Amino acid sequence: MTFINYAAREINCKIVYYGPGLCGKTTNLQYIYDRTNPSAKGKLISLATETDRTLFFDFLPLDLGTVRGFKTRFHLYTVPGQVFYDASRKLILKGVDGVVFVADSQDARMDANVESLQNLEKNLKEHGFDLTTIPYVLQLNKRDLPTALPADELYRQLNYKGEPTFEATAPTGVGVFDTLKAVAKQVLMELRKK
Amino acid sequence: MSDFVLFDEEFQQIKEVIGRLKMDAQAKVVFIVDKNGQQIAAQGDLESLDTTSLASLTAGNVAATDGLAKLIGEKEFPVLFHEGERDNVYISIVGQRVILVVIFDERSSLGLVRLRVRKATQDLERIFDAIQKKVEEEKERRHEGIDSPFAEITDDDIDSLFRE
Ligand SMILES: Nc1nc2c(ncn2[C@@H]2O[C@H](COP(=O)(O)OP(=O)(O)OP(=O)(O)O)[C@@H](O)[C@H]2O)c(=O)[nH]1
Ligand SMILES: [Mg+2]
Repeated sequence: MTFINYAAREINCKIVYYGPGLCGKTTNLQYIYDRTNPSAKGKLISLATETDRTLFFDFLPLDLGTVRGFKTRFHLYTVPGQVFYDASRKLILKGVDGVVFVADSQDARMDANVESLQNLEKNLKEHGFDLTTIPYVLQLNKRDLPTALPADELYRQLNYKGEPTFEATAPTGVGVFDTLKAVAKQVLMELRKK
Repeated sequence: MSDFVLFDEEFQQIKEVIGRLKMDAQAKVVFIVDKNGQQIAAQGDLESLDTTSLASLTAGNVAATDGLAKLIGEKEFPVLFHEGERDNVYISIVGQRVILVVIFDERSSLGLVRLRVRKATQDLERIFDAIQKKVEEEKERRHEGIDSPFAEITDDDIDSLFRE
């Protein structure tokens, strides 16, 4: 749910990073945080367990600049990927404008990817959203690992609707900003229709 | 789902209501957040406060508590209260849409805050009803062909956001 603030001349949009446990959602946000100019970002908030697994969400507010006289502010969230946190995951999707699905390229995580994608589809539906129409980007992460499956094989199994897809290695930033840019672009394009 | 829109007129009214609430309740800070964690308005000593983080955490807190309520068969918990050593936080839901947060210390009291919040909530509900009506009217007007300010966004506009 985009929040258009005519009083402050701001547009606020919410983007959620989804995907199975340990796929690299938090790492995406950390990289964006590290590489963004201090004046354009707020604090990175991570509600995590003692072992650095996301417990509720990570949150990073970003100012991307001005479009048509309106400041564009993006609120980036990650969900907790571990299966048993489903109730929390659902809460984070509330009011979402765009979704990034971060897939783990490792062969051993293929089932977890598929299960998480189905979970995303179901949880979006419960909020009245539809994965076929919502701004959506697929990121194939952990491309650096020797156990990574070929990208076209991942794409065959995970592609949902011909969405923009990026290969990534989140800790070094490969593909991270391309992913963000692609989803932000779709979200802003949606405003055109409203 | 319809977007949330805030116009200048109502923004000023909201600021007035929460400014009055801050005085009447002798609070340090009063602010309003939508249920998705976007800050709508704030009054008080904001210098030392990261209001963006506050907004997101408040919304997360309310969302988690809402989930908890449903689990045990309650509709919602309309009020959350956190008591600290120095500061206290009083969180309440306005018209099932937005969240009102009052931060206060020993200069005020829970009783006073609760009383003043009740009064302010009625005023705020009226304003948010008016906003909703305006948004719906706006939408109808648009169907008659008046463009939104974003109707003309181009690929170039968007690409320029990402140019370093
Ligand atoms: N080799 C490699 N490791 C990665 C990559 N992306 C993330 N990791 C590592 O994978 C681990 C988990 O990353 P997180 O970002 O915490 O994963 P998450 O998706 O947030 O996990 P949850 O919070 O449990 O849902 C960390 O040790 C990261 O450093 C990658 O592209 N390549
Ligand atoms: Mg995480």
